[in-house]
Amino acid sequence: MLLQRFLIRLLTMLTTLFGVAVVVFVVIRVAPGDPIAMMLPPGATDADIARLRALYGLDKTIVQQFFIWLSGVARGDFGSSISLRQDVLGLVFSRLPATLELAIVALVMAVTLGGTTAVIGARERGTAVEAGIDIASGAALSIPDFLWGLVLILLFGVLVPIFDISGRVSPQLDLPFVTQFYLFESLLRLRLDLTWDLLKHMLMPAVALALPLAAIISQLLKQSLKEVLDLDYVVLARVKGFSETQVILREALKNAALPTLTLVGVQFTFLIGGTVIVERLFSYEGLGNMAIDAVINRDLPLIQGIVLVFALLFVLINLSVDMMYALLNPRLRHG
Amino acid sequence: MDEGRARRRGVSPRLWLAGGWLLLALLAAIFAPLVAPQDPLAQDLMLERLPPFWLDGAEPGYWLGTDSLGRDLLSRLIFGGRIAFIVAFAAAIAACLVGSTLGLISGYFGGWADRIISRIVDVWMAFPPVLFAILLVAVLGTGLSSVILAIAIIDWTRFCRVIRAETMGQSRMDYVENARIAGYGRIGIMLREVLTNVVPSIVALLSLEMGIAVIVEAILSFVNLSISTDDPTWGGIIAEGRLSIHQAWWVLVFPLITLILTVLSFSQFGEALKTRFDPVLR
Repeated sequence: MLLQRFLIRLLTMLTTLFGVAVVVFVVIRVAPGDPIAMMLPPGATDADIARLRALYGLDKTIVQQFFIWLSGVARGDFGSSISLRQDVLGLVFSRLPATLELAIVALVMAVTLGGTTAVIGARERGTAVEAGIDIASGAALSIPDFLWGLVLILLFGVLVPIFDISGRVSPQLDLPFVTQFYLFESLLRLRLDLTWDLLKHMLMPAVALALPLAAIISQLLKQSLKEVLDLDYVVLARVKGFSETQVILREALKNAALPTLTLVGVQFTFLIGGTVIVERLFSYEGLGNMAIDAVINRDLPLIQGIVLVFALLFVLINLSVDMMYALLNPRLRHG
Repeated sequence: MDEGRARRRGVSPRLWLAGGWLLLALLAAIFAPLVAPQDPLAQDLMLERLPPFWLDGAEPGYWLGTDSLGRDLLSRLIFGGRIAFIVAFAAAIAACLVGSTLGLISGYFGGWADRIISRIVDVWMAFPPVLFAILLVAVLGTGLSSVILAIAIIDWTRFCRVIRAETMGQSRMDYVENARIAGYGRIGIMLREVLTNVVPSIVALLSLEMGIAVIVEAILSFVNLSISTDDPTWGGIIAEGRLSIHQAWWVLVFPLITLILTVLSFSQFGEALKTRFDPVLR
């Protein structure tokens, strides 16, 4: 049953990725502006242009180009970047860890902040504390990550300059890292001085990304907690003499978390989508920042590769959330 | 209208504030040439980076100060509002028409139509929206119509998903069955009965989408891909303010406040309209 569900989802996932590949391929080939003309020095002859077009396969029809590209992708070959003249997959892998670290730190913050405020709000239901949490989460939700980023730059980059507002790490530092997961590796190597420097750069973009998601988690989890708190088994726990906080953490949270989990999956993909502009805002050297440069430079192979990697991330997240939900939900597990 | 009725209809102070701000900003944008104290494009290097009126060194007539080229910030914000509101209305309405129509068809008829539309929505949802918008504007060429088109192409799914779900719920209701027994055609029922009942959601989403469109336009101007660089836009001013943040903070603060107020107002307005139109909540 679970396996069948998994296989169906896997198939849907592949068709979605195929759809994304088709759409992005068609969209960027409609683009005016010749990427080849941009990479040649002025005075290049027509023969030069033709040779380069043939080199990048741009002399073939769109359908031929698509299937050449697709068969390459199937072999793990995403072509080479026109503006940076490097392997697309290598470029993507050099930047993806930075984006993943940022997204994961933001997710952890959102879950922590959203979860804590939900528990407090549910415990203090009907009081001014709950009303305050509602107002705060309403504002956090209505203001998008781009604007939160700017607010944070003003507050903690200019007014009280305690965090760095651009880059991923201070350029003067010597980095001993062998992977691109700087933050995680600095923790493993116990180089806490580097961890601190990385965090100082990462905190503001991460908070900007986390706030809207924290608000959604807070609202939804608080709602489900309040519903669960009226059920018999919770009342029983209360009668047994557990404190309200214990009742919430031990009994209610387990059952209230399931609807929130499904939502967090979709919302996490929105958060990752938000890294594109937030990375730009903070000059953070991740995949999204590179994507914007690729669009501005009309670097077709690189754009295709990055969009496809983002799409892959999105469908993988949805797939794992779906599987987790199936595993955790007793009705589906035995069904 | 007496007080009790007003409260029942959800005319809260928040709605007044939100509506008030939107009306003020909209009127300022429409009558920009009359309202703006200065020419928004006039550069004067003698007047560069003037602070806002309450600080030392401010010049009369330049209420919110000037940017690094000596252009009046308030006038640029007022003129930038024109682009923001045109994009907000046009893009949101276009996204709404496409998305609601497809959502209505998908939810009411089900079957193949639903399967195809839902697959397209799945594919669309797998794109990072900001990157998709930047890509589309780069492809369509910068300009007002490209920005509007790009936002509509991306955000129709917001309407489609919600309206599909609502339509599916409504289609199972008794009144739809009654209408069918009474002899109405499928399309007639969809338009006359179901559509009327999903209108509150459409209106709320529309208002929310206007706020989103304003942000997307600002993001596109921020990465210098919106409309021609001569015309002032809120995002363009923000990009400029981000660069001169240590010399002239006001160039970032005022457009930021403008954007936040506008986005909050659109979302509050949407919520309030939904409550007002919803027969159950009312």
